[in-house]
Amino acid sequence: MSAIAYKTIGIGVTFSPNLEANINEAARLALFFKAKLVLIHVGESSEKKSNTFFKFLNPFESQGLVFEIFFKSGDPVDVILTSTEEKSVDLLIIGALKKENFLKYYLGSIARKITRKANCSVLLLINPSKDRVPCNHIVVNGLKDPKTEETVTTAFFVGHKLGAKKITVVEEVDQEEVSVKVDDDKSLRRSTIVKERLRLREETRVKKILDTIPNEYTDGITIKSQPIFGKRGYSIGHYAQVARADLLVMNAPAKMTFWDRLFPHDIEHILTELPTDVLIVQ
Amino acid sequence: MKTKESTFVGLVKALPKNIFSGLVVSLIALPLGLGLAMASEAPPIAGVITAIVGGVIVSILGGSYVTISGPGNGLVGVVLIAITTLGLSATYAAIICSGIILVILGFLRLGKLADYFPSSAIQGMLAAIGLIILGKQFHIMLGNKIVRDNGIDYLLAIPNTLLTVVNLQDRGLIYAAIAGVISLAIMVFYSKVRNKYLQLIPAPMWIVIVSVGFSYYYELVLKMPNPISGDYMIPAIPNIQEIVTDIPSPNFEMVGTLSFWSSVVALTLIASIESLLSIKAVDKLDVFKRRSNVNKDIKALGLATVVSGFLGGLNVVTVIARSSVNVNNGGSNRSSNLFHALFLVVFIVLFSTELTRIPLSALMAILVYTGYKLASPNIVRQIFTIGKEQLIIFFATLFVTLKVGLITGIVAGLIATFIIHVVITKSIGLFVKNVLKPNVLMFKEEDGSYFLSVKHFCSFLNFNILKNSLEAIPEQNDVIIDFSLCGFVDHSVMENVHDYQELFHKKGGNIGVIGLDILGTKSEHPFALRRLLPLQNIIPDNKTKRQNSLELVASDFELSYRAEKTTKSEFLEDFIYFKTKKIEYLFNQLSVKNGPYRLFDITFSEGEFIAKEVVRSTMLYIKTSKNVPVFTLDREGLLERFYALAGYKDIAIDNHTDFSKRFYLRGENSKGIKTFFTDELVRFFESNAYYHIESSKDGLLIFNKERVASIKEIKALLDFGIRLNAIINKV
Repeated sequence: MSAIAYKTIGIGVTFSPNLEANINEAARLALFFKAKLVLIHVGESSEKKSNTFFKFLNPFESQGLVFEIFFKSGDPVDVILTSTEEKSVDLLIIGALKKENFLKYYLGSIARKITRKANCSVLLLINPSKDRVPCNHIVVNGLKDPKTEETVTTAFFVGHKLGAKKITVVEEVDQEEVSVKVDDDKSLRRSTIVKERLRLREETRVKKILDTIPNEYTDGITIKSQPIFGKRGYSIGHYAQVARADLLVMNAPAKMTFWDRLFPHDIEHILTELPTDVLIVQ
Repeated sequence: MKTKESTFVGLVKALPKNIFSGLVVSLIALPLGLGLAMASEAPPIAGVITAIVGGVIVSILGGSYVTISGPGNGLVGVVLIAITTLGLSATYAAIICSGIILVILGFLRLGKLADYFPSSAIQGMLAAIGLIILGKQFHIMLGNKIVRDNGIDYLLAIPNTLLTVVNLQDRGLIYAAIAGVISLAIMVFYSKVRNKYLQLIPAPMWIVIVSVGFSYYYELVLKMPNPISGDYMIPAIPNIQEIVTDIPSPNFEMVGTLSFWSSVVALTLIASIESLLSIKAVDKLDVFKRRSNVNKDIKALGLATVVSGFLGGLNVVTVIARSSVNVNNGGSNRSSNLFHALFLVVFIVLFSTELTRIPLSALMAILVYTGYKLASPNIVRQIFTIGKEQLIIFFATLFVTLKVGLITGIVAGLIATFIIHVVITKSIGLFVKNVLKPNVLMFKEEDGSYFLSVKHFCSFLNFNILKNSLEAIPEQNDVIIDFSLCGFVDHSVMENVHDYQELFHKKGGNIGVIGLDILGTKSEHPFALRRLLPLQNIIPDNKTKRQNSLELVASDFELSYRAEKTTKSEFLEDFIYFKTKKIEYLFNQLSVKNGPYRLFDITFSEGEFIAKEVVRSTMLYIKTSKNVPVFTLDREGLLERFYALAGYKDIAIDNHTDFSKRFYLRGENSKGIKTFFTDELVRFFESNAYYHIESSKDGLLIFNKERVASIKEIKALLDFGIRLNAIINKV
């Protein structure tokens, strides 16, 4: 397994009330991963703007943070996407918006477009804060998918770096796979058996993936495997919410067409109802 | 192979009981079938044909266990409208079509249609049907046949009919009215009288017996014609040859018309709702706690409806009152439904001419009582305790149904419910955005219990998602339903979840509901989010005389007294006596902490709907050690002999023929029971008053009569129990 590393972390910044919190989060992550931080601002560069950024970054500079501020005007989506490629950013951080009076978060339309099109991994932060909130519990998907192995490894890598205590691998089994419909006691018994069999199958598959993960990443982390019968992409978000996870790690979607947005599936569900911080691994 | 054989043996063993309960059910099905058919203005025999076809087909192909099928009271209103607008032969065609649709619904697994209707709207619709039945038949019951346009007009004419009856001049009509009033009295007071012999025959059959007897009395003893006017007698019932030769041919000419299809839709809708509600309620009464295959049952009911329509019968539905009578009389599998049909055939073959001796007014009294039960003030009161807004839904559905029709009524109920939900949550987006989302997450926790988390909202619109998840859990498991991520939970959901809680509890599982209290505070509406439990009204301080005396008795026996109602009755669930009964609450308890004795008043119910009987009784529970075998001890009497015919066995204790003659002892482990009943114990029973005594795994239940005991009786009961316990402890 090739070593996973985030070398350059990018964040799009605007002058919103969340600015300080966003910069703090990004800088902290950059320090954890020993990566370079790139602040991308859509708009003209100016002395005043730079000074504000410097003011917030100052405390981290003393801890050894390497950073760069990048100004470019144009369409926000284009600017951010092109500059991530230009600066070879491999982890892009996007802040989510919070619904008023509700403990619900959602992505703005710009952020959503960026998430869909980005070629690097994307971290969606629902609740950026000035001070560090520890990341204790990570939930990662264990879908049957070629990308899953890398995603799970990334989750352990991130968990190791951030000092997470627990990682839950969630295998979502589509209800369709349980071919038995429950009508009466007999069919209930049969469907319970089928489910148990699927559960075992999923657990062995996940175990195989877990075996490939370097020991240094798994040290000191409690590992749990949790099969869920439900709608793909949707139930894992729900689970992350219920399990009070601090980070949800997901595969990047294979391809995104117009139809996928119209009939949301997998990651689109997560984007409409962000359950917690989400890391989409590319 | 072995299991198959043993199920076959079990089937044969259970046969006598099922034949017996089929007989009792047929006694109630015969008058009800005639009455329901006549109330729908179909020929009276149509109702009996429906029951026979339904009983035969559903018992063979159905997916439920102890239900009885036949003509339903919910359908009276719909069939009536169909017959008046389409005519009889086109109605048969509509019935056939609705049967076909039901079969299709069953194959598409859409049998759960009723889940999508809010429960208050269904209640409102049923009450409207009740009022339609009551309104129309009330006049016939009192010998005043009238014709009005719609249900409301019939109801408004009731005072006028009452006035007319007082001034009746025609002797024939007076007798008809008297027959009606007496029959109504029989229906009302039957459940109040707890006499074993009286209760052997269901109330509707008593009406038949009394009226046929009355007719014979005039004919044979007084040698006079029956004084009841000929217009108020059941019209000629065809005999079996005529039924076979005169099968009406359904008329499909109106298939192209809108009114035909609206009748078909109404028939299908009401038939499926009534059947589903009944199946659900009857499953709760099943002693063996089996789960009915609803879709299979719907298919069978649909097919039976098609056949019934071709043979001149009505829609076949699952019926609650008859099913509960079946359970109470020991029906344990589908064969009782078959036997009920066969007994009906026998009745028609042997007694079809006798049936014309029944006055119409007497028959209609049964229906008036049925209608009243559907729309009784109790239902309104119950809905009011849940919430005022439920009352709005209830009455909106009720009035629109009465004024316009059933389909419009239920649609009005749906819309009213939705509007109220939107008003209460002040958000339409909550529902529109999330209605199609799979909002229920279910996973199995490490300790093997199931966790269900519900998001967004949960109401009648999307309850089926939660329901499907709950259905997929074996009932002996522990389940937690978490509503804390939910912005809104409606009354239908709370009620259904409560039903599932009962079901799981019965089978040894448990459902815990969490997260509702957060919801209440956050959304600031005290609405049905938390359902009000009518139990919480604690008896006020001014105690009755009996309660004061109970306090004295308590101190006499060194027990402590509590007057409050409680639903904690788990310790009673293992007793055979309570297997087919529903415990509502215990009150007036005398007990001592960790002590073996517990005396209490109890309220429980038996049967459902018009066959429902609420009973209050005083009982004594004694906690015993585990080595007491399970047995039931009763006074020997005619009824027990009768039950013995139906498959129960009396265990004889050696060397105590007198005891065996006087007492009726039942139990599976006859060897254990024989060793348990020592000479001393037998002598004790012989020399003391008779009580009904039952033992379960680790307790004894003792009571005398099925009514609340007086202070004196309570003292005797306590004394008896204490002495009995002393002897058992020696054994």
